[in-house]
Amino acid sequence: MEAFTEFESVVVPLDRVNVDTDAIIPKQFLKSIKRSGFGKNLFDEWRYLDIGEPDQACSGRPLNRDFVLNQPRYQGAGILLARDNFGCGSSREHAVWALADYGIRVVIAPSFADIFFNNCFKNGVLPIMLAGALVDELFIEVNGTPGYGLKVDLRARQILGPGGRIIPFDVDDHNRHRLLHGLDDIALTLEHAEEIRAYEAQRRDRAPWLFRGVN
Amino acid sequence: MAARTLYDKLWDDHVVRDAGDGTALLYIDRHLLHEVTSPQAFEGLRMAGRSPWRLDANLAVADHNVPTLGLEHGITDPVSRVQVETLDQNCADFGIEEFRMGDPRQGIVHVIGPEQGATLPGMTVVCGDSHTSTHGAFGALAYGIGTSEVEHVLATQCLQQKKARNLLIQVDGVLAAGVSAKDLALAVIAKIGTAGGTGCAIEFGGEAVRGLSMEGRMTLCNMAIEAGARVGLVAVDDVTLGYLAGRPFSPVGEQWDRAVTAWSELHSDPEAQFDRVVKLDGGAVAPQVSWGTSPELVVAVTDRVPDPAAEPDPSRSEAMQRALDYMGLKAGTPIVEIAPDIVFIGSCTNSRIEDLRAAAEIVRGRQVAPGIKQALVVPGSGLIKRQAESEGLDRLFMDAGFEWRSPGCSMCLAMNEDPLEPGQRCASTSNRNFEGRQGVGGRTHLVSPAMAAAAAIAGHFVDSREF
Repeated sequence: MEAFTEFESVVVPLDRVNVDTDAIIPKQFLKSIKRSGFGKNLFDEWRYLDIGEPDQACSGRPLNRDFVLNQPRYQGAGILLARDNFGCGSSREHAVWALADYGIRVVIAPSFADIFFNNCFKNGVLPIMLAGALVDELFIEVNGTPGYGLKVDLRARQILGPGGRIIPFDVDDHNRHRLLHGLDDIALTLEHAEEIRAYEAQRRDRAPWLFRGVN
Repeated sequence: MAARTLYDKLWDDHVVRDAGDGTALLYIDRHLLHEVTSPQAFEGLRMAGRSPWRLDANLAVADHNVPTLGLEHGITDPVSRVQVETLDQNCADFGIEEFRMGDPRQGIVHVIGPEQGATLPGMTVVCGDSHTSTHGAFGALAYGIGTSEVEHVLATQCLQQKKARNLLIQVDGVLAAGVSAKDLALAVIAKIGTAGGTGCAIEFGGEAVRGLSMEGRMTLCNMAIEAGARVGLVAVDDVTLGYLAGRPFSPVGEQWDRAVTAWSELHSDPEAQFDRVVKLDGGAVAPQVSWGTSPELVVAVTDRVPDPAAEPDPSRSEAMQRALDYMGLKAGTPIVEIAPDIVFIGSCTNSRIEDLRAAAEIVRGRQVAPGIKQALVVPGSGLIKRQAESEGLDRLFMDAGFEWRSPGCSMCLAMNEDPLEPGQRCASTSNRNFEGRQGVGGRTHLVSPAMAAAAAIAGHFVDSREF
């Protein structure tokens, strides 16, 4: 996984509550057996006026000019500002793959759905939860300031805004450490292989019926 | 030991290593796999030269892409076909048991786990699918995971988890005749919202929940994720044991007796403290119909489509208006005046035998209304299909004008050949009414099997209590 220490970018605002993972990446694109290439279909049904198909080139497709990602001032944005319960619905990690592939490395929202939140950290994307009032303020600032950018410093757990503004944020130590160093989760867990084996042995004694196939 | 909730007990019982910061490494007893969220996980294993930690903990099935018609021709969509073939190949390569297309045990992953007894009380059950919460109906700690975690479970048999808060949803009273677990689930979501259970494990308790069959409890726990909770739970009782006895993966003989003794602990202690308790009167729950594009946008069938102007929160009001525009509905319209084009009875929420019986009872001797373009019944598994056919339910449906299909996820998310067309309105027993969920531009109304069947016959929504 790509390490995450600092990230600075233009902010794109998506002013909708309950943005679900079906909207982030519609189902037809989940048929891919790869991890990459989902960015062009990020928010496909909102972003394009036609119906997208898997393996289709998107450069010639008619764009929905009203959708925020298509507006010239937000091109190249890598920080997504969102509303409550972002990423609700399906567990599809393809939603995070699509955001990351598009270039989004940070999502800021008042709240996230649990599975999506978790999936972000597995893919070098930092989900930041801020108080609702603060998110409201950021929406006003972003909307009112062309080229509005933020710098996210994961080491210092701070967002740096225009005019020297500093917004602290919380992130748990485990995920922060993993992101900062781009660590492989599985390798970390396998450091405890002996403990897993020991647990497994006593579980097999206690509940042998869990360790068998069909009768 | 201090009084503990059911969730606390399940958590404590699976801790391999406590990190001391509210997270722990949890042991996973059962890992269910399907074709959509597993290929990248298997690829990751191969690239790192790793092999599965414990093969017999895994069970795989293809469901999302599976056609529900013309199975003898295989999958015609080449992209879907590659995904299912990839699952077949991965399971063959790594030695994982899979119920392949054509096997009568094949079906929706959250239907076949319990049906096989592969989901047992006291287990941790995970799957790369958010509706894994379904399995909590058995007093198992079950939740959906992403693909990176699928790979992690394959490689280590564990997951690093943060402990959730305890939320009790207590439903007192008795559900009225014609009101089902689905109506209760939607009523709960209407009350607490789609983020109401975020960060929580929900335990469903109270007389109305105790009175549900296992099928009903599965429906309720299935929808926990639509209330934001990864985990839904119901305590183990005689209904649980009655369902599990004699299932292929269930223990037998002395092992069964030992298991039953262990499972008798799987309930919250009387003095256990929940972080939050929400109470509902089960007797007051009416049949529900969702009108918007989020499962919390739902009302009783006797109500009208709400008015966004009456919503004080501007962000919510705007979302309601956007939902009305998408759904092609006007505020103030009585729900019973909404006429679907399509009726879908199926999905991991409502495709079990009891669901099919409830719907069949409604359609018996009646005809699908002329305005309904298509009415589909998609059983949750090959075994349910057989069972229903042995009871003659397929004839009841087909005589009424329904199509009787083969098992799969089908129109719930339309990764196969069963999508809605843009603008089509569907009375659906599935779980999500998100924009585009059932097909680009499709309009979903979430309802119970009885409500879907009644809408098919009447040509518009009607109160299943009076039908």
